[in-house]
Amino acid sequence: MLEIKNLEKSFRSPTGERVPILNVPQFNVAAAEQMVIVGRSGCGKSTLLHLIAGIGRPDSGHIAINGLDITRLSEEGRDRFRAEVMGYVFQTFNLLQGFTALENVILGMSFARGRVDHGRARDLLHRVGLDHRLDAYPRTMSVGEQQRVAVARALANRPKLLLADEPTANVDPANQQAIVDLIRETCQEEEISLVMVTHSMEVAEQFQRVDPLEKLNLVAQANKAHA
Amino acid sequence: MSIWQIAWRSIRQRALASSLTAFSMALGVLLVTAVLLVHGLITKSFTDNSNLGYDLIAGAKGGKLQLVLNTTFYLSQPVENLPYTFYQEFLTKEEQENELALMKPENRGELKDGTYAKNIDFAIPVNLGDTYQHFRIVGTLPKFFEVFKADNEVDPKYHFRHGRNFKVWDDEHGYFEAVIGSIVASETGLKVGDKIEAAHGGDPNDVHSDSPFIVVGILAPSGTPNDRAVFINMEGFYLMSGHAKVEENERPGADVSGSTISRRKPLPIKQREVTAILIRTHDPVFGRSLKNRVNEGNVAQIASPVYVIASLFEFIVKPIQTLLLVLTIMICLVSGISILVSIYNSMNDRKREIAIMRALGARRVTVMGIVLGESIILSVGGGILGWMGAHLLLFSASPFVEAQTGVQIGLFELAPLPRWLEVEIPEVIINNSWIGQFCSIELVIIPGLLLLAVLVGFLPAYTAYRTDVAQALSSSP
Repeated sequence: MLEIKNLEKSFRSPTGERVPILNVPQFNVAAAEQMVIVGRSGCGKSTLLHLIAGIGRPDSGHIAINGLDITRLSEEGRDRFRAEVMGYVFQTFNLLQGFTALENVILGMSFARGRVDHGRARDLLHRVGLDHRLDAYPRTMSVGEQQRVAVARALANRPKLLLADEPTANVDPANQQAIVDLIRETCQEEEISLVMVTHSMEVAEQFQRVDPLEKLNLVAQANKAHA
Repeated sequence: MSIWQIAWRSIRQRALASSLTAFSMALGVLLVTAVLLVHGLITKSFTDNSNLGYDLIAGAKGGKLQLVLNTTFYLSQPVENLPYTFYQEFLTKEEQENELALMKPENRGELKDGTYAKNIDFAIPVNLGDTYQHFRIVGTLPKFFEVFKADNEVDPKYHFRHGRNFKVWDDEHGYFEAVIGSIVASETGLKVGDKIEAAHGGDPNDVHSDSPFIVVGILAPSGTPNDRAVFINMEGFYLMSGHAKVEENERPGADVSGSTISRRKPLPIKQREVTAILIRTHDPVFGRSLKNRVNEGNVAQIASPVYVIASLFEFIVKPIQTLLLVLTIMICLVSGISILVSIYNSMNDRKREIAIMRALGARRVTVMGIVLGESIILSVGGGILGWMGAHLLLFSASPFVEAQTGVQIGLFELAPLPRWLEVEIPEVIINNSWIGQFCSIELVIIPGLLLLAVLVGFLPAYTAYRTDVAQALSSSP
């Protein structure tokens, strides 16, 4: 499903120097597989997800999803691919404040060609237990409710790959497990590959496959050796 | 969810800032539309009234503009008069016999066809100079209200709301009958049967109290300067003190009690003068030749009111119109810049929102389109509000404007195209009853606003286009 080879990414520091952040020789996720990446803050977890999502472009290497190397796509091609094949759950929910819960889900469908399906949007919100909050605006919802809307939105376009960037980091402990269960169950039902990034060992322990980023990323290994 | 729906949601989310921005645009467009409408009304008022049913005006030698303004619009002052015999040159012998039927043959002399009588539809004399309060008094013949026809050339142009037309001679009122315009009636409260006394030469201390005229008719509003005039029988006008031409062997100031004037007898021809003559010719070719013949002589001049007013507009009004147009463009630009500033300032707060949409799969051009859409909605929405506001404002002022200018304003009456633009459009379009009514400068505003919205929305839209998604997503919400 997801194959990464020799992926490198660096940033330019304020002094103009190139600072490497990622060097991942190999990373694969099978179809419908659920796995978690753990690592300390600033080790490049979010950058890796951005690159997989096609939001950023690597300096070198290949990212193939369902056999398609997205690093060869134009920006517009990556945008379209992201809308049609991937779902993204953010740490801070990132719901659009001017839109209701239902509209936030529909908005996720609007950017993929021919995917707007009001029935599915309602079904998804029903599945995440928010069928009574369809017309609620994010500011009137609890953090748990907001993250559930974010999950529904990420699943709106029937993605093949769901990227979840610390989805429980801003959720109270009571809701954390519910969110993780919701994501895992839905991915299982719809045979979606799941790559979740977290620094919570409680969450990580629930997955069969847990990859520490330090193990995947040669830059992190080098930094650790330096330290 | 379309780009427009997303843009509208975004506008709603920033309701206060968006309302203020749209309001600024609305004010700009209101101002522009109001200026164009008022200017159009003034133009319409002048051009319509310069074509009242006669094509030429004959008057004493002098400025043509003064002659037209004085005779047609009752503005300015008459300078000199023409001998009555000059007026007779426009009448056939038969017409002269009819008009002078009450005069003794020895007072009217030998009558013959006038030099210019051929090819003339009608010639109407007018005598000006006196006033009633601040309204002009026009001494003329009853045919003034009979020969002018409405556009269909069947119905009379002037109708009486009350009473009737004045007569040359009436057994009850003699020569002293008057008809007043609708505005004169409403402002003075004069009714049929009331007396009016004219102020000689407009001097309130020199009132013709010996020659009161009886109001026998009140005109219906016509939207012409005639609504603001008092029409009196010309025979009565001649019999007012100081209106008879002083003969060489007579002392100045001869009046009705003098030896030469009787209140029951028409003034002899040799003592008569006219201020101007309103003429309609059979065809324009004859009109031009008549104009040349008269203007070459040393008695009178002939002016074409339509041409004179067109020249006035060309040399005086057109520069004002250009200035208004420049002001209009500047107002629109200021409003446009305020939209630019408003949207541009909001872009910093919206970077994350844009990044989220991009992360959900929105393309760069899509987010650019959303921001442009916002700009268009604010500009066009504000513009339409301002446009409607201007029309409502002028419509509510309609009774006042109508009273002042005679021009009626419909709620959705559009400002006419400027002349320079009108001549560029084929006549087939202008004269088309359906399309022609939409040939308005106001309908240039809406596409102009769209263009402006695209222009001013482009900078913030480009900022949205350039948003670094990864960086914006990494920043704190």
